[in-house]
Amino acid sequence: MSTTRERATGDLYDQLVLEDRVHRRIYTDQDIFTEEMTKVFGACWVYVGHASELSGANAFMTGTLGGRPIIITRDAGGDIHVLLNRCLHRGATVCRVERGRAKRFVCPYHGWSYANDGSLTGVPWPSGYAPEFDPAKYSLGRARVAVYRDFIFATLHPSPPAIEDHLGAARPLLDYWIDRFPGGKVTARSGAHRMDCQSNWKLVMDNSTDGYHPAFSHRALLQMAQRLGETKDMAYFAESPDDGDMYCRYLGNGHSFIDQRPNYRKPGDYWATQRPTPGREAIEARIRAQYGEEEATRLLDLTVGSQMNLSIFPNLLIIGNQIQSLRPVAVDRTILLWQATTSEELPEELNTLRMRTQEDFPSFGEPDDLANFGECQRGLSIPEVEWVLMNRGYGIEGRQSLDPDGGVTAPTTDETPMRGYIHHWKALMQSDTPVVAEGVA
Amino acid sequence: MAAELNDPSRYSTYVDPEFYAALARHTAELDEPAAPVDAATRDACAALLYREARLLDEGRLEDWLELFVPECLYWMPMTPGGGEPTTEVTLAFDDRRRLEDRIAWLRSAYIWSQIPRSRTRRSITNIEVVQAQAPGELLVRSNFVVHDVRPGYHATFPGWTAHRLRAEGDSWLIAIKQVNLLDSDQAHQNLSIIF
Ligand code: FES
Ligand SMILES: [Fe+2]
Repeated sequence: MSTTRERATGDLYDQLVLEDRVHRRIYTDQDIFTEEMTKVFGACWVYVGHASELSGANAFMTGTLGGRPIIITRDAGGDIHVLLNRCLHRGATVCRVERGRAKRFVCPYHGWSYANDGSLTGVPWPSGYAPEFDPAKYSLGRARVAVYRDFIFATLHPSPPAIEDHLGAARPLLDYWIDRFPGGKVTARSGAHRMDCQSNWKLVMDNSTDGYHPAFSHRALLQMAQRLGETKDMAYFAESPDDGDMYCRYLGNGHSFIDQRPNYRKPGDYWATQRPTPGREAIEARIRAQYGEEEATRLLDLTVGSQMNLSIFPNLLIIGNQIQSLRPVAVDRTILLWQATTSEELPEELNTLRMRTQEDFPSFGEPDDLANFGECQRGLSIPEVEWVLMNRGYGIEGRQSLDPDGGVTAPTTDETPMRGYIHHWKALMQSDTPVVAEGVA
Repeated sequence: MAAELNDPSRYSTYVDPEFYAALARHTAELDEPAAPVDAATRDACAALLYREARLLDEGRLEDWLELFVPECLYWMPMTPGGGEPTTEVTLAFDDRRRLEDRIAWLRSAYIWSQIPRSRTRRSITNIEVVQAQAPGELLVRSNFVVHDVRPGYHATFPGWTAHRLRAEGDSWLIAIKQVNLLDSDQAHQNLSIIF
């Protein structure tokens, strides 16, 4: 546990985060976790959901913001609000279901009622309150909200940067991923693969652009994929991944990237190397017959993931066709959501095929990663072995290159993205941005 | 090539829009009134379910697969009770090829989510058998509790299953196995076993 003295001197994080390694305590210390929920998950722009999940006026869903229960609402006028799910009276949550449609939320405990923009609209038997108590001045706590191309971000930072500035160099990559969908419009399906990961959230972040692990952590998947005698998606991670044109990149602001796209050179390559999917041949035959060779190839490529892993600090991971997000629950527990995506403009049967594609990795890839994350957490419980090494590619002359925009590009298996984001994390942990909920009188 | 395409272990030509339409009818039919079956048929179905449970609990996955018709479906919806698999992801939507993939994955020496291996035991109760609308087919509903135990880990999975059985000679084979976890839409630590 960190001591008061270390905290007072402010050098705790200088001791725990070095150039090429981090101390195990950043993954295991309860006090650090508590602090992160304010300094990182309170003060950063955090992904909380996709606007396509809130279809129509007065739709809502619940979620979390650094462990705080929240309600994400769309009001009658279409504006999106992120509200703290906590009655002002005595603290009960006012919304207890995962999604639905409501103009107002009435607290089940004593009946205070709130409009779906958060404002307190009524308290039962108001004559019991002194005249100075004016309900019109109150609302549920509100986070600040930014919606970037339907991605909903929320923060308790009192004066956050523009979301475009926060996204920084990750923004054109996110744009690329969104623009791959016909019409540049993504539909996120609400029924997400949810996983209960027995590790600190940063072990998942460390992995998000870790090009070193697939050959080993996903060896069962790679074996499975060779069952029918062909080389499939991701096989290049097992064969000298640093020699090809793939790369990893630290993008700044905590964001990072692995680009697998250079492994796919011509139209049809994505489709050709996709692992077998239920209905693949049936639907391919129909699409080719209906659309002609060139258009069919373009459409079929769109059923396959984008071959980019984009990690947007602190909790949004764009992987393949999916939107993955992290919800820290405890120092050693994180909920992972893998939202599947469809496109309104793709032929229906291709969206169906996309569902089958997006079941592949959550079924046969992620379970093995989760096992490893959980076992890392167990290993990190050993106090005597203090350091976690992130030094792959570190200190080798000419191995990584500085990008004009300040990012760093390195061979795929390097731990450059990890070193980048963890230093960003450290800076946040050393800052003292106050976090506040608006609207609470 | 054409003959090869008919091999559902290698090519998935049967999971087409008609297949999904038939699946939607399967789900709807589960809630429709239907004629009960005689005691002997009911006993045969129960015996099949118990045998299936034992093969899975003993890790005899290849023998288990032989209980299925060639163009089969092993389906674990994410939406409780079924949902819409054409637009929603599922916990499993395995045609024969993906089911063989799943078994290959589970057989790998490098499947970290299954090292050490799960020991499972399942209890099956509340078996109801009715005639399906298609001739030569039965619908079987049952409840289950699966215990999944690994050193330091014990998960209990309650739920219900719908089997669609098809007559094959004088025995029954599984055409669709629909596994409905009670908490199918919630987070799980490890869903790597077959249910
Ligand atoms: S706690 Fe909500 S009305 Fe009393
Ligand atoms: Fe992985």
